[in-house]
Amino acid sequence: MLPAGTFNTTYANDMAIIRTRLQWTLFIAFMIFLFGIFPGAVDDSVLTLANNIAIVLIAVLGLNILTGLCGQISIGQAAFMGVGAYLHGVMVTKLGLNFLIAMPLAALGTALIGLLFGIPSLRVKGFYLAMATLAAQFIITWSIVHSPRQITGGADGLHVAVASLGALKFDDEKSFFYLAFPIAALMIFFAKNIARTRVGRAFIAIRDNDLAAQAMGINLFRYKLLAFALSSAFAGVAGALWAHHLVVISPDHFLLTDSIWQLGMLIVGGLGSTLGAILGTVFLLTLRDWAVPTAAPILGKMFPLFQLDLFTSLALMIFGVVLMVFLIFEPRGLAHRWEIFKASYRLHPFSY
Amino acid sequence: MTVLLQLILSGIMVGSIYSLVALGFVLIYKSSGIINVAQGQMLMIGGFVSWTFLSGIQLPDSLATIFGSKYFPIPIAIALSVLVAILMGLIIERLLLRPMIGQPILAVVMMTIALAAFMDGMTTLLWGAGARNFPEFIPRTPIRLGELILSPQHLFAFLLAILLLAGFTLFFQRSHTGLQMRAAAEDHRVAQSLGVNVTRVFAMAWIISAVVSTLGGILLGSINGINLSLSFLGLKVLPVVLLGGLESIPGAIIAGPIIGILENLGVAYLDPLVGGGIKEVAPFFILLVVLLFKPYGLFGLQRIERV
Repeated sequence: MLPAGTFNTTYANDMAIIRTRLQWTLFIAFMIFLFGIFPGAVDDSVLTLANNIAIVLIAVLGLNILTGLCGQISIGQAAFMGVGAYLHGVMVTKLGLNFLIAMPLAALGTALIGLLFGIPSLRVKGFYLAMATLAAQFIITWSIVHSPRQITGGADGLHVAVASLGALKFDDEKSFFYLAFPIAALMIFFAKNIARTRVGRAFIAIRDNDLAAQAMGINLFRYKLLAFALSSAFAGVAGALWAHHLVVISPDHFLLTDSIWQLGMLIVGGLGSTLGAILGTVFLLTLRDWAVPTAAPILGKMFPLFQLDLFTSLALMIFGVVLMVFLIFEPRGLAHRWEIFKASYRLHPFSY
Repeated sequence: MTVLLQLILSGIMVGSIYSLVALGFVLIYKSSGIINVAQGQMLMIGGFVSWTFLSGIQLPDSLATIFGSKYFPIPIAIALSVLVAILMGLIIERLLLRPMIGQPILAVVMMTIALAAFMDGMTTLLWGAGARNFPEFIPRTPIRLGELILSPQHLFAFLLAILLLAGFTLFFQRSHTGLQMRAAAEDHRVAQSLGVNVTRVFAMAWIISAVVSTLGGILLGSINGINLSLSFLGLKVLPVVLLGGLESIPGAIIAGPIIGILENLGVAYLDPLVGGGIKEVAPFFILLVVLLFKPYGLFGLQRIERV
């Protein structure tokens, strides 16, 4: 719904993501705040969290294309992120490629692996397909551990060179912020636009009713594979950034738990909405990496009996409860809440 | 030859434990159409609860003199754990799964994943990350069959799986409640219009599954002790369930040993080639093959639907 008095008078106007002058002002103000003020104003721990959010967000955006738009459940996004991280790490470290060249190649390679595991979607869907992605999760991490040590480093992990552009080195949190956030912004732009093109609409049609979609001339198999490839490509970019951020990558960074957290972020944010992916990632990662570590020592003092394992258990329990609450009370996620808020703001003081 | 036979035999025995876990999974799917990813966690919590009753709680003196020991006698401890399992099943069904009736499959799967995460966290909080050992109530001395070795606990698990198979097959074929459960799984609305109390059926399914899981947890505890990694078993059992067919009880019982044998053979013959770790990943390779060539498993109901 558009604000009162705003009408689309041209096609360009109708297609625009940012429509009113107020939105432009807010957008530019936000950008100035994000890139100009934010990195200087906060300390390194907050920047680490912000960089993490940017990286995971890219993977969640990919998952949103596959699960949110195309309706294919995937419980293996973290493993595809691992594929991207290792492909990128090997290309940068062993082959000496510049990271800007290696990153698209890593995304492409991950997309191919994603295609491979998307093949079962030819025959199965729903829960069965989710099982195929679960198998992908385990098989990929296992293959990384068991490929030749001189390439991936096996279980010890792989040391990745710092990303650098000429004299510019992205080796601390603040400089990495300026690498991660522009790429994340670019990926948000891609994701948002994929959802609005012919391909995105085909995905949505498949999600809502695959038989009807086929009857309308959408090649199911092709589009499902495309969704798998796109989603994996996003995961590949996220993995590449992850490799540069952590410097040492190991298969332990890409476990089933991480895949499940990413799926959770999507649910909490709202399936099928780019804004939802952003909100969900920010919400759950802040909860896990800031709220829980802050709360755990305080709770530990209050309940000394449980002090020992409070930290790990608290994150899991809160994740479970948050997910349950959203599934029962707000299955359309935070994005839907935001839409309701916007609509009621525009209609104020009338409720309809 | 002896090595091969031994591998197959121990594969069958390990597989019978998979079958037990898979049974709880199939029971819920068969009667409510819900895919319960938290099956391993239910097993783990069942194990920890029964450990608490068996050797965690020390009785007050007055009771200790009646029973003649500081802990609950084994039958009472098991009965108490089953009671807790019934409560657990009821609570899960009422609070979490009932609001999910009629929701898309992703929401239901995510709900059980959330449940799994919550249960993992709760177990860590209450019982800690260490392993717990059970008092011995099944003898541990191995049985020898010629040159082959058989552990009595695995044999017990195997027998229990067969017993439960017979019991549940009869239950679903003959009993009134069992038939109602199958009807409810087929179509909630039609079953309801025929006078089946669907919510009661779901509650029953969760209770039965929780009880079977707890029994499995006790059995596993008596074999290896219990720890947090037990919840992984719930995932490892998914290939078993899919190979057997999602709604087939005999399928679960047969597929368990098949996966067990293949896993054991993989460990013996492939591990040296690829450098280990086959045990964890072999079931998932099998899972992919099953999905590609026989998605409805060996005995599952084929729903004819072109994708």
